[in-house]
Amino acid sequence: MSKFVGVTELPPDPLFGLKARYNADSRSDKVDLGIGAYRDNNGKPWILPAVKQAEQKLITSHDYNHEYLSISGFEPFFNAAAKVILGGDSLAIAEKRVVSQQSLSGTGALHLAGVFIKQFYNGNHTIYLSQPTWANHKQIFEYIGFKVASYPYWDNETKSLDLKGYLAAIEDAAPGSIFVLHACAHNPTGLDPNEAQWDQILKALEKKQHLVLFDSAYQGFASGDLNKDAHAIRHAINNRIITSPIVICQSFAKNCGMYGERVGAIHIIATSQPNDALNRAIKSQLNRIIRSELSNPPAYGSKIVAKILSDPQLYAQWEQDLITMSSRIHQMRAALRGKLEELGTPGTWDHITSQTGMFSFTGLNKEMVDRLEQVHGVYMVSSGRASVAGLNEGNVDRVAKAIDEVVRYHSKSKL
Amino acid sequence: MYRTQLAKQVSTKRILLKQFSTTSQLSSWNDIPLAPPDKILGITEAFKEDKNTKKINLGVGAYRDNQGKPIIFPSVKQAETKLLQTETEKEYTPINGSKTFQNIVKNFIFNNSNKDANGKQLIEDGRIVTAQTISGTGSLRVIADFLNRFYSSKKILVPQPTWANHVAVFADAGLTPEYYAYYDKSKNDLDYANLKKSLAEQPEGSIVLLHACCHNPTGMDLTPEQQDEVLQIVQDKKFFPLVDMAYQGFGSGIPYEDIGFIRKLTALANSNKIPSFALCQSFAKNMGLYGERTGSISIITSSGEASKAVESQLKKLIRPMYSSPPIHGSKIVETIFQDEALLQSWLSDLNQVVGRLNTIRQTLYDRLDKTNYNWDHLLKQKGMFVYTGLSSEQVIRLRNEFSVYATEDGRFSISGINDNNVEYLANAINEVIKK
Ligand SMILES: Cc1ncc(COP(=O)(O)O)c(C=O)c1O
Ligand SMILES: Cc1ncc(COP(=O)(O)O)c(C=O)c1O
Repeated sequence: MSKFVGVTELPPDPLFGLKARYNADSRSDKVDLGIGAYRDNNGKPWILPAVKQAEQKLITSHDYNHEYLSISGFEPFFNAAAKVILGGDSLAIAEKRVVSQQSLSGTGALHLAGVFIKQFYNGNHTIYLSQPTWANHKQIFEYIGFKVASYPYWDNETKSLDLKGYLAAIEDAAPGSIFVLHACAHNPTGLDPNEAQWDQILKALEKKQHLVLFDSAYQGFASGDLNKDAHAIRHAINNRIITSPIVICQSFAKNCGMYGERVGAIHIIATSQPNDALNRAIKSQLNRIIRSELSNPPAYGSKIVAKILSDPQLYAQWEQDLITMSSRIHQMRAALRGKLEELGTPGTWDHITSQTGMFSFTGLNKEMVDRLEQVHGVYMVSSGRASVAGLNEGNVDRVAKAIDEVVRYHSKSKL
Repeated sequence: MYRTQLAKQVSTKRILLKQFSTTSQLSSWNDIPLAPPDKILGITEAFKEDKNTKKINLGVGAYRDNQGKPIIFPSVKQAETKLLQTETEKEYTPINGSKTFQNIVKNFIFNNSNKDANGKQLIEDGRIVTAQTISGTGSLRVIADFLNRFYSSKKILVPQPTWANHVAVFADAGLTPEYYAYYDKSKNDLDYANLKKSLAEQPEGSIVLLHACCHNPTGMDLTPEQQDEVLQIVQDKKFFPLVDMAYQGFGSGIPYEDIGFIRKLTALANSNKIPSFALCQSFAKNMGLYGERTGSISIITSSGEASKAVESQLKKLIRPMYSSPPIHGSKIVETIFQDEALLQSWLSDLNQVVGRLNTIRQTLYDRLDKTNYNWDHLLKQKGMFVYTGLSSEQVIRLRNEFSVYATEDGRFSISGINDNNVEYLANAINEVIKK
């Protein structure tokens, strides 16, 4: 391939690489805390009962087919999705200020948002990401050609929010910059601002007229309650805290357990006043972008979610399923913390239960994580992020003991 | 009426935000012009609004049965039912799709299910990198992005005419599309002499897009001898061949027989005369999985070593765009290919679909008035479309006077034709071609 230049072999994507190492490990008691997907108490993937029921209904319905969706996607899906995130009574929706389109799950929404913003946003094209953040954020925006910067978020000393640093970064950024906010269940730290802190953060963003890009990948996963987990977004929009442009990237991968079906949506609120002509133009441009990237989005997952959202019985089941998932994760947090405290593992472990969502930012360093993997067969991301969903009653003891061992090992070797 | 609607839409041109409001926040956005609507969609819209009960939609690129209804292939339905009963997870696949899916595609297409020794060799040598993509379009986009990053030339030669979206996909990925001669509308035939000439004039090392079979929109394919000659030009000019295969099976009714062109390429790759090429493949049409977005990109590399690098770079391109591909369609494909009985019933479903298209093509041909007009090209064309050769004026008359909707290039989607409307359609055409 002599006419190809610079095609060098890259190391695998860290998360997918972790999964490959885990799969290759022959130890029977290995534990996977790397995965970003829910596991039941037997460590098995779980298809939500609401999803199974919706699938049954969908494929037996007389008008089911595999026709192309329109470029914008499945309208019953993306309109209902807007209500899930903004609330059924959202004024922004009633005033037709929201442009919604289907996307290839959360990643596709972030990509589409980036491409659109890059082409049409008139502000400062620097994207600010939380420090730390989901590994793919940086790549998504750099791929499109943005300058990427970060704002302080996690204070490693106190294992809590660095609100001062956060607000200072908002203030110091050039007006009209772009801020990516995790709507809830921050990945990887599991640490979210409280309501008072959100209010401060949003007002600071408004003051500098920054574009606010909400990444909502875990709605319902933090508290088990869809409405509670949408607090920041609804406060910003429904209470008109933010008048600068708002873009919401919504994924149903985690809260419907439909990871591989790639169901998501983008919602753009370009101005705080209704402007039909502008919104039509935005929609037409989103369609143009989508058409030359993928023609039209995948049908199946969006039809399943639309079924759940439009059928009260399925919706109720879904809410129940969210509680099942979030409460099991909650119990595992408590169990892990309890065991570590029982063992007297050096350090404090209360952050494990104060964090929310799928992940815990354990505070273990890279050496400890390496040793966990090599000596104990417990796999997590090198940042010390553990997927709490990988814990269950059958393995939490072992994991606690393994963590205890690596913490003691490394604190000893320091002495 | 349709035409004036379209004209109005297009003339809305630029929406200057400042015209609509003076509040300061509007300066957040640059001028956002209204992008032109998709042509086919415009036709569908106008069709929906038409009250004529005899109206016919010849714009859609999806199969319709003899009652004019969309179908689910019975084999696909069976696979889905099975899947619903057995599926235990909806996890992410790897960035490039499941290994099972990749291997099915490699074996089905390049090994041609054990009929192509060259393809088999390429697979064994690790020279084929396959990734699941967002159907054919996503596949074209990923390879275009890849070539834009790593290939020495940005120029991509596409046939005149070609699928409407090709140019947009390539241009948006940063490549420079340019046409080569393909079809002579005045003769309703391939413009073969100019095709060769216009390719031979192009700079060495350009990328060239070739349709594997059932060329869209003309339905006219190169003969095997012509394919050899074109592949000789490809070798002489060291072009990089990018093959688009969206209609495998629609030529002969048998997918294994529609890939003669791929087999020529695997032979040339195996002897290193064309050391590398790429294939964009889609199950949208031949499995009726349109909206499930199921397809693949395969890159044939010069060595197993090169494959590893290519695969890692492909993943790097896909991860920030959409992370991983949608599973429903690929699981249907896997279910079908892993069950010999289902595989046979899919092949038979496809054969019936193509059979209906060919029968109705013949019926239309039989009913057309041949006194002043030669319709023989209809029977030479293959696939989902007939490229009628009607002028845009004639197409517009069909629309305005007969409620027959088609794109202005005179391309008819045959699947819109059936026993109930073929007579009406033929009469309408006979009317607009009257001297
Ligand atoms: C913070 C965050 N955003 C977005 C996503 C996107 O996920 P998907 O593309 O699967 O919806 C993820 C997934 O892990 C995530 O953690
Ligand atoms: C020539 C050609 N290539 C590619 C495609 C892409 O189709 P899809 O993205 O639905 O697989 C089409 C669809 O009409 C086509 O006609």
